[in-house]
Amino acid sequence: MLEISGLVKRYPSGPQALRGVDLTVKTGELVALIGTSGAGKSTLVRCINRLVEPTEGKIRLDGTELTALDHRELRHARRNMGMIFQEYALVDRLSVMENVLSGRLGYVGVWKSAMRRFPPEDVRRALELLERVGLREYVDTRADQLSGGQRQRVGIARALEQQPALLLVDEPTSSLDPKTARQIMRLIVELVKERGLSMLINIHDVNLATMFTERIVGLQDGKIVFEGTPEELNEEALTKIYGEEDWHAESRSAQAETADNGNGEKSDEHVPLNTAEPGR
Amino acid sequence: MSDHVNAEQLWSKPPVIENRWLRWGITLVVLVYAFFAIRSFEIDIPRIIIGLDRGYDMLLAFLRPDFVARQTHIVRGVLESVAMTATATLLGGILSIPLSFGAARNLSPLPVYLVCRSILMIVRSLHVVVLAILFVVMVGFGPFAGAVTLGFNSIGFLGKLLAEDIENTNEESMEAVRATGGSWLQVVIYAVWPQVVTRFIGLSIYRLDINFRQSTVIGLVGAGGIGAVLDTAMGRYDYNTAAAILIVIIAIVLAGEYVSSSIRRRLT
Amino acid sequence: MPVVQKDGVSNWIRRDPKDSMRNYLKWLGGAIVVLIAARYIGAQTIWGFVLDAPAQAADFVSRSVPPDITYFRRVLPALWDTVNIAVFGTAGAVVVAIPTALLAARNTTPHSSLRALALTIIVVSRSVNSLIWALLIVQVVGPGLFAGVLAIGIRSVGMISKLMYESIEEINREPIEAISATGAGRTQVFLYGYVPQLLPVFVGVTVYRWEVNIRESTIIGIVGGGGVGFLLNSAINRLAWDQALVVLIAILATVVLAESISAKVRAAVT
Repeated sequence: MLEISGLVKRYPSGPQALRGVDLTVKTGELVALIGTSGAGKSTLVRCINRLVEPTEGKIRLDGTELTALDHRELRHARRNMGMIFQEYALVDRLSVMENVLSGRLGYVGVWKSAMRRFPPEDVRRALELLERVGLREYVDTRADQLSGGQRQRVGIARALEQQPALLLVDEPTSSLDPKTARQIMRLIVELVKERGLSMLINIHDVNLATMFTERIVGLQDGKIVFEGTPEELNEEALTKIYGEEDWHAESRSAQAETADNGNGEKSDEHVPLNTAEPGR
Repeated sequence: MSDHVNAEQLWSKPPVIENRWLRWGITLVVLVYAFFAIRSFEIDIPRIIIGLDRGYDMLLAFLRPDFVARQTHIVRGVLESVAMTATATLLGGILSIPLSFGAARNLSPLPVYLVCRSILMIVRSLHVVVLAILFVVMVGFGPFAGAVTLGFNSIGFLGKLLAEDIENTNEESMEAVRATGGSWLQVVIYAVWPQVVTRFIGLSIYRLDINFRQSTVIGLVGAGGIGAVLDTAMGRYDYNTAAAILIVIIAIVLAGEYVSSSIRRRLT
Repeated sequence: MPVVQKDGVSNWIRRDPKDSMRNYLKWLGGAIVVLIAARYIGAQTIWGFVLDAPAQAADFVSRSVPPDITYFRRVLPALWDTVNIAVFGTAGAVVVAIPTALLAARNTTPHSSLRALALTIIVVSRSVNSLIWALLIVQVVGPGLFAGVLAIGIRSVGMISKLMYESIEEINREPIEAISATGAGRTQVFLYGYVPQLLPVFVGVTVYRWEVNIRESTIIGIVGGGGVGFLLNSAINRLAWDQALVVLIAILATVVLAESISAKVRAAVT
């Protein structure tokens, strides 16, 4: 369980990114963060694994106080948190396999990782994950030779190779075309549910958020202004999060999409399309 | 241990060079080369030990540079370098323009293009110090040889880069001028020149910077400038003065780099 | 304002008077500087020699053909030394340049004072031409190959580490964040995040510098740094133009070959 309380982040130059955020993600729960760009979504996600150092507040993951850890302890804690990035954040010149295996770096010694000698169970898991995301035949392909969707699949495999308890996802689809975006979201949600992980996903696409997650948190100017189920995200709530605008189409299509299972989409890569039922 | 074997059966990093023979062949060639190369080094240890004393003197001298004793020479050397730099850049800049038009395939007929290109190639392939030696023999010691050397060297540099820029200009605007009935010269003045002039000025300023750097070395072979003063100081084992000259050179090179890059940044 | 009103009629001129004045002054200033410089140089020139130059040049050319092919027997060993100077100078420089670059880059330096030190090394090393370095070093270690290697190496440290540290500062931050987010240690972040991104750049920079060093090592012999430059200088001093031409041809061939190797390798690593 992830518990955040009174989280504040002030950047040395510039405005206050977070002004006291309280948020809980229960084990096995999928929570979406929505809000305008600059609302602090990305900062919030990065404060949890301390890629961004929080200024004030507490973050507890399964009882561990993350904000109090020293460098070594933080590394240990980070092994429990997988992260998926907007621009995929692959190391371009490493192969797909090396990128996926880099998810195990927290567990493998420096020398062995330098020689690319990972324990067999890590390699086996990596191969399984690559099979699962449909990239089994790209094992030794360099990451920069893949398409955007494929690259994000490698990013997903890397995050799950860590065998985390919590998955932090930062705008996983905003560099992708709408169709690939859905496939990627579906894949992430499936994998998370299979493994019973918790997930905090920061996403600007309201439709995708309502389709795939159980709880939606609206962030505006560093503060939480909405918390509820996808059904509760009505025009009034959207206005609170994003400001005055005609939200009629958005909220109606959101409801329509909740019922849509994405049929009629033929994927260019083999992605399992079976259990795409969005949770509620 | 058996764990590793197991893991490698699953996956191991493919080698950079796939072909095993090629891989070992390259390694072997490198080793053989290194062996013979190192053997041909004749490091004269006793000579170096004697030299270390002098190295120590030199180090001490660098902590106490002497700007005063040969002040007039240093000042004159710097002025000479500056004078060489200024004239050479102007000379090189002016002469490089017609050559670069000739060396641009989209402006010139093939014979002209080939002649201009080969002139540029020959000039570029000669190292500035080799050029300096040749010109010193031809016109005598002193800054004149230096200015001519730097000017020649600038022609090669500016001519080639400008020719490439001209070849990259927008074909359409040239066609537009041609379509109005413009002559070759009008095409150059109205369509080509406006597109490359900023780049040309930028390159010239960059070249000014390079010319100053080079003016510090060609003095070693008699082509004037601060390098000649340094050569004299080293010849007299006057390390304090040599240190002062080096500091002056470093300071001016840095200042030149700073000024040139800030002007070029403003141009674009 | 290029459009002007005169007697109620709009007219177009390229520059208004103020602009045109400023432009004129700029050129005038430049012209005056160059004129003074030219006079200064002219005052120190023996014009008799200069007027004689075309005749001299014609004389060189006539004396240099046919080139003295037998001189290749002396040129080839010197060329081997020249190549060695460039290879070992570059290799030694890289060994020093990598740590220097890591200290000089804002995002990898452990401390700002170390950064200042590294930047000073870089500036001093690259502001002084390798020929000048050779002049200093020859007095310490004596003339020869070793002096040449040191001179080329010392100069290259600054040149290489400048390009390297700039590339370190421009590195893509996201993959590095991602590697740190997996719980990797500092060394592992370096190995998996930095090294793969930097390696091709470093190889490219090194090979490029090697190419430049081949050029420089052809002339470093002029001040006693070993290699083919010594032969060139002595041939010219003896006015043996047929031998000088052989050396020049050898230099040209080496440089062209080095250029093409360098271009191929750099194309392969990117």
